Amino acid sequence: MAIVRNPYKTTGFLGWIDDRFPLTKMWKDHLSEYYAPKNFNFWYYFGSLALLVLVNQLLTGIFLTMNYKPGADTAFDSVQYIMRDVPWGSLIRYMHATGASAFFIVVYAHMFRGVLYGSHRKPRELIWIFGSLIYLVLMAEAFCGYVLPWGQMSYWGAQVIISLFGTIPYIGKGLVEWIQGDYVPADATLNRLFSLHVIALPFVLVGLVFAHILALHEVGSNNPDGVDIKAKKDPATHIPLDGIAFHPYYTVKDLVGISVFLIIFSAVIFFAPEGGGMVLEQPNFQAANPQVTPPEITPAWYFGVFYAMLRATPSLFHSALPGVIVMGGAVVILFFLPWLDRSPVKSWRYKGPVFRSLIILFAIDFCVLNYLGMQPVSPIHTVIARIGAVIYFGFFLLMPFYSQWEKTKPVPERVTE
Amino acid sequence: MSNEGVDDGRRRFLTAATSVVGAAGAAAVVWPFLASLKPSAKAQAAGAPVQADISKIEEGQQVTFVWRGSNIWVLHRSKDMLASLPKVAPQLSDPNCEQDQQPAYCKSETRSIKPEYLVMNGKCTHLGCSPSFKPDHPAPEIDANWLGGYFCPCHGSKYDLSGRVFQGMPAPLNMVVPPHRYVSDTVVMIGEDPTDAKGAA
Amino acid sequence: MKRLTFSAILAAACLSLTAGLMPSLSRADEGPATLQFREDVGNLPSAQRGARDFMAYCSGCHAMKYLRYNRLAKDLDIPDDLLKSKLMLGTDKLGDPISSSMPVKQAEAWFGRAPPDLTLETKARGSAWVYSYLQSFYLDDKRPLGVNNPYLPGVSMPAVLGELQGWQKLEPPIKGEEEDAPKFELVQAGTMSPQEYKEFVADLTNFMAYASEPGKSDRIALGFRVILYLLVLLVLTYFLKKEFWRDIH
Repeated sequence: MAIVRNPYKTTGFLGWIDDRFPLTKMWKDHLSEYYAPKNFNFWYYFGSLALLVLVNQLLTGIFLTMNYKPGADTAFDSVQYIMRDVPWGSLIRYMHATGASAFFIVVYAHMFRGVLYGSHRKPRELIWIFGSLIYLVLMAEAFCGYVLPWGQMSYWGAQVIISLFGTIPYIGKGLVEWIQGDYVPADATLNRLFSLHVIALPFVLVGLVFAHILALHEVGSNNPDGVDIKAKKDPATHIPLDGIAFHPYYTVKDLVGISVFLIIFSAVIFFAPEGGGMVLEQPNFQAANPQVTPPEITPAWYFGVFYAMLRATPSLFHSALPGVIVMGGAVVILFFLPWLDRSPVKSWRYKGPVFRSLIILFAIDFCVLNYLGMQPVSPIHTVIARIGAVIYFGFFLLMPFYSQWEKTKPVPERVTE
Repeated sequence: MSNEGVDDGRRRFLTAATSVVGAAGAAAVVWPFLASLKPSAKAQAAGAPVQADISKIEEGQQVTFVWRGSNIWVLHRSKDMLASLPKVAPQLSDPNCEQDQQPAYCKSETRSIKPEYLVMNGKCTHLGCSPSFKPDHPAPEIDANWLGGYFCPCHGSKYDLSGRVFQGMPAPLNMVVPPHRYVSDTVVMIGEDPTDAKGAA
Repeated sequence: MKRLTFSAILAAACLSLTAGLMPSLSRADEGPATLQFREDVGNLPSAQRGARDFMAYCSGCHAMKYLRYNRLAKDLDIPDDLLKSKLMLGTDKLGDPISSSMPVKQAEAWFGRAPPDLTLETKARGSAWVYSYLQSFYLDDKRPLGVNNPYLPGVSMPAVLGELQGWQKLEPPIKGEEEDAPKFELVQAGTMSPQEYKEFVADLTNFMAYASEPGKSDRIALGFRVILYLLVLLVLTYFLKKEFWRDIH
């Protein structure tokens, strides 16, 4: 199909642009004439919030990079320089650190919405795949970012996570040295993680977000009822009967969501920027010391689920490889969700009692596992974490069976409120 | 889809009000980012005024202090040196210091607060080289009527013992005199004006 | 207001489950219980006394390399002349940070460990910890310096404040009170009474809490104004949304 130049035949300055660049077309296709279901609820705020937080991280990150000095000898001091000597530096830093945590809260809610309403089902599998990739890259980005202040937790966290690669048979030790660029985490490690964090991963992240949204707009948004709004269109205008233009209806609604989010975000950065030890952890107020190990080495709170599973998995022949595999598997399994869910209906509203109970159990399980991942190891914690891991994997691995076998409810033809 | 009439007016008002309030907020957010580019406390500390002890400088001798990365010369001028200043005036480009190369309180022949001490940034106003101190005279290799002064080796600019540039030189202006004040007879604070104790910018 | 969907309630339940468990996260599980201490950085006279006492008793060995004198003067309302005479012992440049005169190599030779920089100490260990630590040096003849501290067993720091506090012995924990902070018995009185010494340490800790985040009070003040603005914005965006959504049925 040929590309039509200036298909809306605009004139004037706008016409000059449209003759050369599809500005009006993009505006219409993605905003003013992108028809989204009219029944979006609370769970649908988190996509635009994720975009907002991404922009926050990019902007604050740019300004932090202006003053941060990567290097084992200079990094920690440069962070204090930002906090004290750079005008407004402390605020920019708090926005960035809190933004990282906010990113994960928002993204977890956003992902949960997908599982609730079947937003991963055909024809939206690719949106889900891009989303899973975004999640993976985001975890890598957050890990790299956390190392940069080069505090005790930065250093020892890096030590622990990079050593996981050492569990791979045969190539493990060489791999660890290759990743570190040294025999232990050192200046070389910090500098390359800086490069990944500031340039490489952000580029990949932005590209994936772009692809994610493009894939979404190609097929149209799902909704809480899982009903296909394109099935019922107005015969004259071809606009879905249950569809409303994204702009102005959802732009204006998202502004409310953004205002609420900003209130919570501001409350944290201005009144509790350390997040009770979750955003800025206590050991990280001490400069990295390879000679002194902190009493507890924990990753950032948002990795809790995976860390709990890693620790709960028993070693095999003194190798932590099983734990690494379980941990990795917990992330990888997400990619397969579109093919694990074989229910005839999309949304949990119309699924059977098995799925409905299991997803509630999964949500609680996720929170419990996350909490356990932040605690010191103990026998009772290990038992609960093991049960938690079984529930986590069970939810996904048994899904092809229970989603097909359970009795579902009839899906309405039109969306409900 | 849309309703006409009263709703339209309300809609317009709310859109306008939200846009204005939102824009104000956006500006308030942008401000700290731009402000963060100003010189930091570290830069300000490094650029702070420098206390110079001039008690040990003998007559005819020049000592260098550093302020904001520049070499600041303090020259203890002898009576002879001071006497040379009116004599070379006809050969100078800007003998009356009309160009803004010195603070208001140094707009004189001696370009200083105390006549016997010259406090000056030792940088040639041509392309930034450091002129050599040439107090001895006669010095026919520098100039037929040399009475002492500065000679820049890079492109041959000549200055008198107040840093005033001679006519016909590559350098266009007199050398810069920084803000300074006397804390006592033997201590100069380079980088602060006398009237404003908090110092120049 | 639409009725809250079940899933929104579920979300709130999960969040509160994790949030409710948060207080236990920031507690350091290792080490003895600390004394109760509430930071009062807004109390300027206390922070000022703490600044003076820090310079007098601590800065000989401990630097605060991230805190500049002119910042301290501005935040704690200390005039320049007092600053220079009472606080600036090592340098005369207002923009300089607080340094100590102890050379690192010598310190390692004398004490086994260079005295750490203290700018961030109350954030790294908590202000209650600092408050407790400074009151908990006790006589222990098994140690080379003759003192020990339950908050940092085997500590290399001498009991610098022993003259003020006096000297004390560590009491064995009373049955049923093992979870409490360690208790001591004063065997030789110092120049300060126990109450005076407590207040002295409180001032010092307040100053150190200030030093670990000089911008704290400004941040909180700005926070109120920002939240107020955002509430106004929320009201406007809410009515804007309601107005546009009249179109939708």
